[in-house]
Amino acid sequence: MSLTPVHIEFIATGALWTVGLSAIAFVGGSILGFALALARISPVPFVRRCAGTYIQIVQGTPLLVTLFLFYFGLAVVGFDSLPAIVAAGLGLVIYSSAFLAEIWRGCLESVPKTQWEAAECLALTRWQRMVRVILPQAMRIATAPTVGFLVQIVKNTSLASVVGFVELAQAGKLVNNTIFEPFTVFIVVAAFYFVICYPLSAWSRSLERKLNAGRR
Amino acid sequence: MTYQFDFSALLPYWPLFLEGVWLTLKLSALATIFGFVVGTLCAVARAEGPRWLKTVVAIYVEMIRNTPLLVQIFLVYFGFASLGLKVTANTAAVAALVVNVGAYTCEIVRAGLESIHKSQLEAAECLGLTRTQTYWHVIVRPAIERVYPALTSQYVLLMLASSITSQISAEELTAVANRIQSDTFRSFETYIVTGVLYIILSFVVRLAFTLFALVIFPRRRKLGTAI
Amino acid sequence: MPAVVSLSNVHKSFGALQVLKGVSFDVAAGEVVAVIGASGSGKSTALRCINALETIDSGEIVVCGHKVHDPELDRRALRRDVGIVFQSYNLFPHLTVAQNIMLAPTCVKDMGKAEARRLAEEVLAKVGLAEKADNYPEQLSGGQQQRVAIARSLAMQPKLMLFDEVTSALDPQLTGEVLRVMEDLARGGMSMILVTHEMAFARKVASKVIFMHQGKVWETGPGAMLANPQTKELAEFLSNDL
Ligand SMILES: Nc1ncnc2c1ncn2[C@@H]1O[C@H](COP(=O)(O)OP(=O)(O)OP(=O)(O)O)[C@@H](O)[C@H]1O
Ligand SMILES: [Mg+2]
Repeated sequence: MSLTPVHIEFIATGALWTVGLSAIAFVGGSILGFALALARISPVPFVRRCAGTYIQIVQGTPLLVTLFLFYFGLAVVGFDSLPAIVAAGLGLVIYSSAFLAEIWRGCLESVPKTQWEAAECLALTRWQRMVRVILPQAMRIATAPTVGFLVQIVKNTSLASVVGFVELAQAGKLVNNTIFEPFTVFIVVAAFYFVICYPLSAWSRSLERKLNAGRR
Repeated sequence: MTYQFDFSALLPYWPLFLEGVWLTLKLSALATIFGFVVGTLCAVARAEGPRWLKTVVAIYVEMIRNTPLLVQIFLVYFGFASLGLKVTANTAAVAALVVNVGAYTCEIVRAGLESIHKSQLEAAECLGLTRTQTYWHVIVRPAIERVYPALTSQYVLLMLASSITSQISAEELTAVANRIQSDTFRSFETYIVTGVLYIILSFVVRLAFTLFALVIFPRRRKLGTAI
Repeated sequence: MPAVVSLSNVHKSFGALQVLKGVSFDVAAGEVVAVIGASGSGKSTALRCINALETIDSGEIVVCGHKVHDPELDRRALRRDVGIVFQSYNLFPHLTVAQNIMLAPTCVKDMGKAEARRLAEEVLAKVGLAEKADNYPEQLSGGQQQRVAIARSLAMQPKLMLFDEVTSALDPQLTGEVLRVMEDLARGGMSMILVTHEMAFARKVASKVIFMHQGKVWETGPGAMLANPQTKELAEFLSNDL
């Protein structure tokens, strides 16, 4: 048997789910990650340490294991009939939050100290200082690596296949189970990923170039 | 929810877990060494090679960086088969990891090579060193010393990512965990233990890289600063 | 005496910019030639052409018997005979002082490690830095780094040394120690070309001074010429320089 348009369509539907899952992971990861980034630069040492430990634990665990933990963990706490997307989504949100937090902490810290001091001298509150002075500058630095990390998220959603969520990679596996043409099928799957990821990579690179040009 | 945690069911399996740890270390060490060589050669080719080679390397790097490791592993695994080559899952796993991490290494080392100032080249040239000697002593060595922290992070990520090779049943920690959980039906506990082992592994690997740096970079040993 | 360096009618441009417009001069063995001139007059370019770091458009350059203008030039052979020291030292940051010096003798002359080390200590003693052999460049002051750079060149036992404003990145108090090393070299009979802004030094050490202006050799003479300029451009340059 060979690859038919029906199979391609099935794979394309999987690709849509990949995009959807990536969006969930990115949005959820951003919210949690931003909070974590702020916690990492908090003046309270305890808060800093908690956030740091969380990040180290998440970054030290393979995403695959994190996904298994959510998959089996949700069942353990009684939600054993949830759709696979919940475990996959939660696992990816946790994963993304830790990495985004580290990226953004770096960006926040790269805003020169003098800017923080200047804002303080203007008698702005901590919150005003953050929103009015620091964030706008940090965001400019953060866009390129954030878009770059988005590529990692898209690629890593492929691991959701291990908990049975039918995204792009799993769609490929299912198609292969019927036609037994693994090489062809996974080339097609890879091509779909490439089409999603490459523009993001290129965008990230051009953002980085612009930022560097602006600095010179 | 009245789940009773039972880690004791896993106790008899500790030698298996340990073996998994050892296999993961072996797998990632092999992938790191070969991936480093491949990546560095690619970086040099991309900086100095003829035009066609530069293009080939650029395409390789972009293809790898924009597709998931899982799919790369399947492609290598089934690719060997469709070429009529019979290889073990572990060989396919190492090959796939090398292909993958080679591309990332290439990008990191390339940034390092570009960070070496042209005046360094000129100084070496004026001392009469050949192009190859200059390249090795004055560009590649300091470049790698400079990007060593980035390489370390990349190789820790590689060690964690090697868990994905369990999907083609390569022998390593996650594959061992999969086996244990299906034996014991203690899935949650099994993956908690596995997660902890990976966290320990990532500390150990990072530490090993730090110590290794002290051995191979005498300057860092003496001054304690990055180049 | 045979000329160690001889330039005749050298032209060099970067794109549309003509930097050297027919430069000619000779350096005899043992001679110390100081090249002075305003910024942009082409001094560095001339020096770089002598060492084949730039290829010239026309004219001839012969250095220690090597035809530098010849496309077939063996650059490595040329560079065994010529040492060059730059304004920015260009030491290798990942190597110790001794390793910086040993690199070329071991790579280029296949010298053994032990012998190279002895050589490094010898040249370091010459520049007064014997005790710094195992330090890294960043642990040294600018003046010390520049002396190491000189020692690194000397280790190759060149027949000619080129210096391009080797003291302009240094504080006045560090300048002195570098100039002293160069003066010792000159007295030891080394053929040298030095681009410099240190007029007093040029006057004291140079057997010949070349004033470059707008890509040409404008005026040449002994050190005393600086006290008695013949052209109005040199007079102007000297008065600006004070
Ligand atoms: N690689 C290059 N490409 C283009 N233009 C160059 C290059 N190198 C030098 N130039 C130009 O050639 C001219 C002469 O430069 P050169 O460095 O020889 O001057 P100089 O006499 O050494 O001046 P300074 O005292 O400032 O060192 C300058 O206008 C410079 O901008
Ligand atoms: Mg100059």
